Amino acid sequence: MRVALMVTCVNDAMFPGTGQAVVRLLRRLGVDVDFPQAQTCCGQPMVNTGYLDEAVPAVRSFVRAFEGYDAVVTPSGSCAGSARHQHRLVAERSGDPGLAAAVAETSPRTYELSEFLVDVLGVTDVGAYFPHSVTYHPTCHSLRMLGVGDRPRRLLERVRGLRLVDLPKAEECCGFGGTFALKNADTSVAMGSDKARHVRETGAEVLVAGDNSCLMHIGGVLGRGRAGVRVLHLAEILASTEEQPA
Amino acid sequence: MTGTFVGMPAFPSAARAALADTQLRHNLAHATGVIRGKRAAVVGEVDNWEELRLAGAAVKERALLALDTQLVRLEESLTAHGAVVHWARDAEEANRIVVGLARAHEVDEVVKVKSMLTQEIGLNEALEAAGIAAWETDLAELIVQLGGDLPSHILVPAIHRNRAEIREIFARRMGEVGRPAPADLTDEPAVLAGAAREHLREKFLRARMAVSGANFAVADTGTLVVVESEGNGRMCLTLPEVLVSIVGIEKVVPTWAELDPLLRLLPRSSTGERMNPYTSTWSGITPGDGPQEVHVVLLDNGRTRALADEVGRQALRCIRCSACLNVCPVYERTGGHAYGSVYPGPIGAILNPLLRGTGDPQTDALPYASSLCGACFEACPVRIDIPEVLVHLRSQVVDGHREDRVPKPEAVAFRGAGWAFGDARRLDRAERLSSLAGRLLRRRGRTSLGRLPGPGSAWTDARDLPAPPTESFRDWWRRTDGGERP
Ligand code: SF4
Repeated sequence: MRVALMVTCVNDAMFPGTGQAVVRLLRRLGVDVDFPQAQTCCGQPMVNTGYLDEAVPAVRSFVRAFEGYDAVVTPSGSCAGSARHQHRLVAERSGDPGLAAAVAETSPRTYELSEFLVDVLGVTDVGAYFPHSVTYHPTCHSLRMLGVGDRPRRLLERVRGLRLVDLPKAEECCGFGGTFALKNADTSVAMGSDKARHVRETGAEVLVAGDNSCLMHIGGVLGRGRAGVRVLHLAEILASTEEQPA
Repeated sequence: MTGTFVGMPAFPSAARAALADTQLRHNLAHATGVIRGKRAAVVGEVDNWEELRLAGAAVKERALLALDTQLVRLEESLTAHGAVVHWARDAEEANRIVVGLARAHEVDEVVKVKSMLTQEIGLNEALEAAGIAAWETDLAELIVQLGGDLPSHILVPAIHRNRAEIREIFARRMGEVGRPAPADLTDEPAVLAGAAREHLREKFLRARMAVSGANFAVADTGTLVVVESEGNGRMCLTLPEVLVSIVGIEKVVPTWAELDPLLRLLPRSSTGERMNPYTSTWSGITPGDGPQEVHVVLLDNGRTRALADEVGRQALRCIRCSACLNVCPVYERTGGHAYGSVYPGPIGAILNPLLRGTGDPQTDALPYASSLCGACFEACPVRIDIPEVLVHLRSQVVDGHREDRVPKPEAVAFRGAGWAFGDARRLDRAERLSSLAGRLLRRRGRTSLGRLPGPGSAWTDARDLPAPPTESFRDWWRRTDGGERP
């Protein structure tokens, strides 16, 4: 099986550790993972802000970079959701039937990490070790746009040493929302502060989620409050071992 | 907050003001939390909720796709039952019709029930200008009216008020407009409701004309339907001699039988009840019983504009249950007034631009008043994909500014990003700059950026931003061959 990593623009530029964790994890599970250098961004920042024309080049480079792979794996619920639900809109708008056809090819083969592990590889025990208390925030796009359901929890429950603590109001949005975080900064921060408060209430050492953008926002609020809670991407916990802890 | 919604500031600044009001935030969080819980519980009882949602959406969709014939059918059947049907293109026409009817009957006051539509068109103000007083009879509407306030929720217009505030409003204002509140008024809900009852009863018995809205209008049978919790609507609909109902054209439902899924979806989604307490239906005139003159004003006011929008038209399916408001994390924090319309929350964020068109700063801000979390779509009983419509409307806002002589900084930035994302080499160069900055910062021991000037301050005023890493993932992969080389 030819598997490509779609690292996402945010992870590429800001959180390379997450991409590295996916690579380590997939290799450990025997997957030969490739990183197509031509990839850029899924186009979601443009689409969600209303710049559909501006998203066309990103979608074009996406389908070009991932052409021919059996599966495209990404450590982001929101970017996987974008590939699956928004690329069609962008392609339609471009008026290029070739692009629409390529999108129809790639979209269904694009998986968020937990989906790929559970549905395609059929594993829930990935052989990870992480001896800490952890609380899980299901990011909105993983939860509602993709419907990853309890897959991340099932994966976390099988991590040795890990103690999973329930997050109050887990399903409520953290207030990131891409450009929402800037355009409606006050509302975004108000939502983020409530989320941060719920995280602190759990007493967990680590907050985990499947999207670094949301974690950057919640972590940013927690950081300003000096809460001492670590935020980590799901991939980093799943990649963690006794020899190479996260 | 007094006056009308028109000309209210755009969402971000209106929201800022609301966020600063801690009492308001507390009232909202508490109230929406309670309704949310009740709704979730009663929706959970229904095995085939998803099927019911699909059925409800289908009924409304069918009606909307044949709206022209359904409306003609409705007019025929209403007329056959002795009602007079009026057509109004916009707010002004509708107000003129109602004021004209009040004048023809020489009334100087009307009682009102169940009509957000009259709030949408500013009917109370139009009547007042003509020297006619309009009394709201829905308890929450009464609170809003007496408080000189604006509604902030579809179903619970006074959701932003607590008991103590309501007691104060009743004690201060009731006497000025009718029967005063009793001297021993407390803030017990039952005592407050009792005072409202005495106050309103006088008005019901005196008024000769009533104005109502309708939740549904059945084309086949010419039946208007009002669903309510207090029974005050029933008084309005039966006691006065003249009844004028203002109905948005999207309220039409083809047949009586098709009300079934809608009447099952509505109470569970809205008040979290299995069944609503009062359902009133009427078809024209019944000789010797109830109003002997019945008028129905069918109003467009932007609805055909919304209908013409292929993605946006689903918003006309809305049955005003307010479930989307109650689950919306943005609404929960900002309240309804920030949306600058009688339709707040997620549905307001799409309905207002659809009805009025994008292009002014206030409607242009609304599609962005959402984090696109999707909770509204999940809750909506008629499956309106609100996030989809939001994104669609955002693109209309952006497209409306494509010809601007001086593009907005945001447009310039997205054009630049679009260009960079078109080619990995361009992106690579941008990332080199960022890792250079990261190396400089980290050399000085900084892991986060502190407070940024300019547009970046919108992020860093209240949140840390991590310093960029010293090497992008792309560079790491190239340098180590994906971790194969150290
Ligand atoms: S959009 Fe849906 S959830 Fe919101 S008020 Fe309308 S019917 Fe209810």
